[in-house]
Amino acid sequence: MNAQTPTSAERAEKLEGMGCRRKRVEDIRFVQGKGNYVDDLKLPGMLYGDFNRSPHAHARIKKIDTTKAAAVPGVVAVITAETLKTVNLAWMPTLAGDTQMVLADGKVLFQNQEVAFVIAEDRYVAADAADLVEVEYEPLPVNVDPLKAMTADAPMIREDLKDKTDGAHGKRKHYNHIFSWQSGDKAATDAAFDKAEVKIKEMIVYPRVHPCPLETCQCVASFDKIKGELTLWGTFQAPHVIRTVGSLISKIPEHKIHVIAPDIGGGFGNKVGAYPGYICSIVASIVTGRPVKWTEDRIENLSTTAFARDFYMETEIAATRDGKVTGLRCYTIADHGAFDACANATKWPAGLFSIISGSYDFPAAHVLVDGVYTNKAPGGVAYRCSFRVTEAAYAIERAMDIMAQKLGMDPAEFRMKNLIRREQFPYTSAFGWQYDSGDYHTAMNKALESVDYKKLREEQKAKREAFRRGETRDLMGIGVAFFTEIVGAGPSRACDILGIAMFDSAEIRIHPTGSGICRLGTKSQGQGHETTYAQIIATELGLPADNIMVEEGNTDTAPYGLGTYGSRSTPVSGAATAMACRKIKAKAQMIAAYMLEVHDDDLEWDVDRFRVKGNPERFKTMTELAWAAYHEVPPGMEPGLEAINYYDPPNFTYPFGAYICVVDVDVDTGQTKVRRFYALDDCGTRINPMIIEGQIHGGLTEAFGIAMGQEIHYDEQGNVTTASFMDYFLPTAVETPHWETDWTTTPSPHHPIGAKGVGESPNVGGVPCFSNAVNDAFAFLGSTHIQMPHDHWRTWTAAEKLGLHG
Amino acid sequence: MIPGAFAYHRPTSVKDAVGLLAQFGDDGRALAGGHSLIPMMKLRLATPANLVDLAGIAELKGVRAEGDEVVVGAMTTQHDLIASDLLSEKIPILRETSEQIADPQVRYLGTLGGNVANGDPGNDMPAVMVCLNATYQVTGDKGERRIPARQFYQGAYFTALEPGEVLTAVRIPVPAAGHGYAYEKLKRKVGDYATAAAAVVLALNGGKVASCSIGLTNVGETPLWAQEAATILLGSTLDAATVKRAVAAAEAITAPASDARGPALYRTKMAGVMLTRALARAKSRTRG
Amino acid sequence: MAKSHITMTVNGKTIEALVEPRTLLIHFLRDQQNITGPHIGCETSHCGACTVDLDGKSVKSCTVFAVQANGTDVRTIEGMANPDGTLHALQEGFREMHGLQCGFCTPGMIMRAYRLLQENKNPTEQEIRYGISGNLCRCTGYQNIVKAIQFAAAKLNGVAFQEAAE
Repeated sequence: MNAQTPTSAERAEKLEGMGCRRKRVEDIRFVQGKGNYVDDLKLPGMLYGDFNRSPHAHARIKKIDTTKAAAVPGVVAVITAETLKTVNLAWMPTLAGDTQMVLADGKVLFQNQEVAFVIAEDRYVAADAADLVEVEYEPLPVNVDPLKAMTADAPMIREDLKDKTDGAHGKRKHYNHIFSWQSGDKAATDAAFDKAEVKIKEMIVYPRVHPCPLETCQCVASFDKIKGELTLWGTFQAPHVIRTVGSLISKIPEHKIHVIAPDIGGGFGNKVGAYPGYICSIVASIVTGRPVKWTEDRIENLSTTAFARDFYMETEIAATRDGKVTGLRCYTIADHGAFDACANATKWPAGLFSIISGSYDFPAAHVLVDGVYTNKAPGGVAYRCSFRVTEAAYAIERAMDIMAQKLGMDPAEFRMKNLIRREQFPYTSAFGWQYDSGDYHTAMNKALESVDYKKLREEQKAKREAFRRGETRDLMGIGVAFFTEIVGAGPSRACDILGIAMFDSAEIRIHPTGSGICRLGTKSQGQGHETTYAQIIATELGLPADNIMVEEGNTDTAPYGLGTYGSRSTPVSGAATAMACRKIKAKAQMIAAYMLEVHDDDLEWDVDRFRVKGNPERFKTMTELAWAAYHEVPPGMEPGLEAINYYDPPNFTYPFGAYICVVDVDVDTGQTKVRRFYALDDCGTRINPMIIEGQIHGGLTEAFGIAMGQEIHYDEQGNVTTASFMDYFLPTAVETPHWETDWTTTPSPHHPIGAKGVGESPNVGGVPCFSNAVNDAFAFLGSTHIQMPHDHWRTWTAAEKLGLHG
Repeated sequence: MIPGAFAYHRPTSVKDAVGLLAQFGDDGRALAGGHSLIPMMKLRLATPANLVDLAGIAELKGVRAEGDEVVVGAMTTQHDLIASDLLSEKIPILRETSEQIADPQVRYLGTLGGNVANGDPGNDMPAVMVCLNATYQVTGDKGERRIPARQFYQGAYFTALEPGEVLTAVRIPVPAAGHGYAYEKLKRKVGDYATAAAAVVLALNGGKVASCSIGLTNVGETPLWAQEAATILLGSTLDAATVKRAVAAAEAITAPASDARGPALYRTKMAGVMLTRALARAKSRTRG
Repeated sequence: MAKSHITMTVNGKTIEALVEPRTLLIHFLRDQQNITGPHIGCETSHCGACTVDLDGKSVKSCTVFAVQANGTDVRTIEGMANPDGTLHALQEGFREMHGLQCGFCTPGMIMRAYRLLQENKNPTEQEIRYGISGNLCRCTGYQNIVKAIQFAAAKLNGVAFQEAAE
């Protein structure tokens, strides 16, 4: 070694492996407008599809007349449920064990439900023709209130299930009932409540919202009659699942279906499932023999595609007088709309809701969830939620604040008293989840110190006194949230989608000149996978990240995977990537030993090379070994340097975080100004801090929207009143607060690189933090729970009810 | 997303525009900045068979002083209003209002004429024009006439404009030098229509209100001129008790819609709060 | 409906076409001219993903008919890179500061930022946020977009860029 030879550290830095703020590869095309999104695609002879949709929330269809529509010049075909019945596709299975109408069959069940599909030469003609489909409706009574869905006289939504008392998840107790699901020890929990010194009970509602990615759902279907092959481009977060489901329902053999998810303009869970638009486009392509493109408008997206939440959670906590929690109970009514189209793992009709004991050491807990049908759009699980974890976190974090208030304890102090302790990890919760790792008290202390929590409470005390004296009309609120989420679905013993286990995959091939390609079963919609997976490989294999091409989304070339949602890419495919790298590295080690004429065990790894122990001048870099793999392998060894890994995770991962928010509420208008938002996240090993920060900023902004104004609102007639950007609250750069991010690192012991995933954490922790802050502003006046969204008029109404307007 | 079909016309003079609109009657609509009309056409809530684009008519643009008025061409964009030194100096409430309308892109194309002539209760400029006692200069095939803004608005989307007439200019009397002004707008987010908004122009003499005019946005089917509220304030020092009485008088004339911005009662109360804050700010801006 | 003949320059190139009067500029650009940088994110003129620079104005091309753009000069994201292929300061800034994730709002955002910096060479953070209030983003939370624009402003003004602390 001499002064000019790069050190290990210098060599490591050049690789741009894990831990560095590597600039994104995908940006190069995006900043030049050269992204490749579905609507950019044009194929020769391509047709355009558009829907005629129901204005009614619940009605019988007496008659559909497509004559006028079909007569518009340029219209090639008009499809209704009758057409689809001829190919057994009028209904399709959902991911939740239900069936869903593709086109309205005899009745419509929610406003804007798809009734007919028009296919035309251009999108303008298709729009004109869609308006000319004539439908005669006989309106039926509507129910959009899930709390009234199981009354004796509730309108029956699903006549097709009329006599079915056995649902996909057990017995149905009412014609609008979908499933009952429970977890935990009911007897022990009831006992804890029976002898509790202090109890709280609150109905905590997480309203219906929508993920609303900036690009709506779309596809291009192209069926080649001669080859009998279907190619389907689309906004698919889980392209392989779409292929398998597509094959099962269309009967086209799976090897003859090519699904391609190109660049996707945001997913957030909205683009996991299959929509009528996809099915109708496929059928239209088969019928017409030409490619068919379908793109939906924003109003269609917000009012008919996978919504999120709509959970009515009656939440109770039992505790000792000095603030130790002894029991947690929650009864939830889950509104799934007209069809249960939730994208949950099969065994979990309420997702991973039983993470509701959160970060706290509850000795006893029980949850019961009843899913119901209403005249609203189908779905339920979506929006950066990790399968109902957002709902669970909201319930527990609000309930903890309500209990703290009843006990007269500070919300942070109450949490500290009940946080799971470091020594208790791996920790098994009252619901049986084994939390992998965590050091909650360190994280909480770091957060509290960073914001100088004590000083904030002192300021709040002084401001409350000033308010009482009439010197100010602002109320200061401090929101605290300490969330634990469960991501990385998931271990095959627990998780499958329609019978396919939720493993994921990485296939890596290194080329002779030392660069390579990695293909995975996940699918980025903005998370930067082309950049970050390469960083894992760079660290594992000692090849520059810039030399690794990352590919996702083409089901012909990518190994089977379950896609990207629920923060699962890093925990599952990230692990698969590391494992595949280690197979490659093991082979490379053998080649190196052979070339250096030593035994495998005589070698040690140093950043980008194997060197002989005690004789570091003798080494072979991975680049040299790549070349060697193609001509100089030991006798008996196959040439080449590649590996594939299908990773069945042994457990979920459990990222966590401590968030603190300071708000000032203008009591006279109900406006809330966010003064400060501090987010500390622990996602285990941090692959690219720049990308993590971006994910936190984005997730917190979505949480801000949800907490402060978003809702998909229905009036009593079932009209969606917030289905456009006029009313669905998407914050601009002006409303969006400044975000402060921080971290601790508690690696996951069961993950090959210790990483847990982070994409959804900010939405899980952000919403309760904002909601707790607004609630905290009013707490000293005796207010226990103000429902979100905390938009101006609701906050003002809360102030009005407290008599603050004189 | 896709509008219905129409024939497009682009006259180069007011005379030609008026002629076309008279010819088309109910089948024709004037196109100004397009940022109210085109979104409605895309949702097929408006399906005119003919659009008469006013963008090619030079005489509809420009801002000029004329005696004790400023005359603003109807096709002057919000962006141009904000950039006009003349308006910033003489009638600063316009700039303050304009900056709270929509977003930068909409302001580049949206016009003053479009904002005042549509009859949309959500538009901001009508209440300001009512507050300023502006006059709308209007041309039809029967010639030109002038309509005071305070007589122009008759209902939601219902104005004194006759079929075939085009708003050509807005004539605004210049408020006294040293006047106080404010446009206080409560909204769910930047660019939204007002939950409630108040336009105030006033002048003080020896610390007492010598003149006052108040307009309210989006708390009724039309912009509201809160005459009684303004009268109550005359001669006062804008003390809390008098302001409270004026606010009650202003609230009494409101009849807002209940919508996603809030129930009617809330919006009425917010009109009151916006008025209170506008009065305070206007007072702080008075000179001499 | 009879088609209208229009001409305009797009990214420096003169084009001529026949369009229905109702053809929106965004569809004209994307579907007829294969300029797919500007995107469609809504139909109520809120999101700004379709923003282009038209005769020196930031314009939502979904709210303009192509016939209204007859005779104008239009610039889209595809026309932002320098003739030698190097990136415009804004394109560079968005990459440097991680001002994009899914990339869908980015073309419209950059075109708006371009005009913003023409209006105001040295905007404050507040002026930037207000200046891009017609462009929605669902991924980034805007914080890094602000930094990206600050980076570009500094570069265009020939001064060193001071990145604010988190």
